[in-house]
Amino acid sequence: MNKNKIYPWYFMAGALVLYFVLFFLPGLIGVGYSFTNWSAYSTELRFVGLDNFRTVFSADENYTKIISNTLVFTFVTTIIKNALGLLLAILLTKSVRFLNLHRGIVFMPSVLSTLIIGMLFKSILDAKSGLLNTFLRSCGLGFLAQKWLVSTEFAFGSVMAVDIWRGVGYIMTIMIAGILSISTDYYEAAEIDGAGSFARFRYITFPLILPTLATTTVLNIIYGLKVFDMVYALTNGGPGKATTEVLYTAVFKKFGTGQYAVGTALSSVMFLIMLFVGYFMIRLMTRNEVIE
Amino acid sequence: MKSPKKVAGSIFRNVIAWMFSIPCLIPPLLILVNSLKTKQAAAAMDLKLPSFPIPWDNFSVVIEKGKLAQSFLNSTVYSVGSVILCIFFASTAAYVMSRNQRRLNQFLYMFLILGITLPINYVALSKVLITLHLNNTRGGIILLYTAMQLPFMTFLIHGFVAKVPTELDEAAVIDGCGPVKLFFLVVLPLLKPAVTTAAVLTFLNTWNEFTAPLYFLNNSTKWPMTLSVYNFFGMYFKDWNLVCADILLTSLPVILVYLFGQRYIVSGMTTGAVKG
Repeated sequence: MNKNKIYPWYFMAGALVLYFVLFFLPGLIGVGYSFTNWSAYSTELRFVGLDNFRTVFSADENYTKIISNTLVFTFVTTIIKNALGLLLAILLTKSVRFLNLHRGIVFMPSVLSTLIIGMLFKSILDAKSGLLNTFLRSCGLGFLAQKWLVSTEFAFGSVMAVDIWRGVGYIMTIMIAGILSISTDYYEAAEIDGAGSFARFRYITFPLILPTLATTTVLNIIYGLKVFDMVYALTNGGPGKATTEVLYTAVFKKFGTGQYAVGTALSSVMFLIMLFVGYFMIRLMTRNEVIE
Repeated sequence: MKSPKKVAGSIFRNVIAWMFSIPCLIPPLLILVNSLKTKQAAAAMDLKLPSFPIPWDNFSVVIEKGKLAQSFLNSTVYSVGSVILCIFFASTAAYVMSRNQRRLNQFLYMFLILGITLPINYVALSKVLITLHLNNTRGGIILLYTAMQLPFMTFLIHGFVAKVPTELDEAAVIDGCGPVKLFFLVVLPLLKPAVTTAAVLTFLNTWNEFTAPLYFLNNSTKWPMTLSVYNFFGMYFKDWNLVCADILLTSLPVILVYLFGQRYIVSGMTTGAVKG
């Protein structure tokens, strides 16, 4: 059979055209524009070489802080979501009452809008009348009450904590699927050999869940580098100078003030990194696919 | 008889499980409780139960002042529109990319699903949208949502197509099916589980989408619910009863989809993560 005839090229055309024009092309054009003086006020485009990238990477601007914030956010949330997600997954694949209820509740924040969660936590973490501080005071733990979102000390940690709260259920769900796919034969054999619960985790669950862990890490990294809604709703980059500013909130601000070239340069830095890193991530994600 | 050690372990596990799920329950409860209070009672944003009579008019006030009917309609149009387009384009592309794995198609598949990781350059995208006259239009948002969801949904359906036996295709071709008939009458019905999952996920993702409308819709009559709830929050941040009612109504479709489609959501979200 002639495969090209039965499975014709035009079946792929719609997806490829839409994806290329509205997704990939802006990335490419963006790289081009980052070498110009493009702004809301420029009447004609002028080539300015590496000027925008010099601005982005210069020490006296806040951009290096923004880039490091994004990396710290990604690193910290990835590690804690993975650790907590694994812990919860192990717990919720054991005999616990209302197992499915627990799984459902912990997973629920993942389907709600990140923006709405951010707005809600703005109230919960309010320094004066927020639920968290009121609760701490009523328990006699008033000394623990902090200005969670408006002090430079705690703001970044709070933003990461809320994001971990939101994302851990998703990671847990993937890990549960991973754990459940491990054959029970291994556990039975281990039990006969007298392995305790820690030994069973160390020598069976953990090694066999590593591929799943790799995928959740990839998903967390992809999400972390692109985080926007959560930070925008909680702090919008504040308090003070770029305490919680991440790449996408900075790009949005540049867009708002009409400094398109700097905004697109910031985006392009991430685009080029992800183009390179993404290739390996995609290879990892497609490794399970059956190719006949 | 269970040994005391086992009983203790079981109690310990149950306690830990509640320690994790209660904090996840509090925020949704907070919304529900406060949406049923008066302005004064909701000001504290605490978990005290609402007192009678319950001010049901919170909801009607929000629907009117927050222009919820309009934004609900917008969100529905955006989500349903992009679900239809995305399913159509993703399933046809995934089908051919999986069945006809010549070099070029393998490359195109990798290129397409690379979009799962790539960030969107919204600044440059604005230029593209303006050039195509899609900026600040409903059609533009639907096409943009579709483009954003296509990489993952193609990936999801692609994995499923490989499991549908090719013998069916051969039989259908011998019976005289053309490529279009073959796909829509023979293969597509067999892809139903993957397509349903993709539809549910696309709906959720697009309903919750905030960034794209924030950049590209500057006309409030075209705003989806996420954008109008955020805007409402900015104007009425002192009336937590109204903000909570607004949040509740905005999240309702998502929660309903979650309750009825949980199976699909979980299976879709774990695609690629777990061998099976």
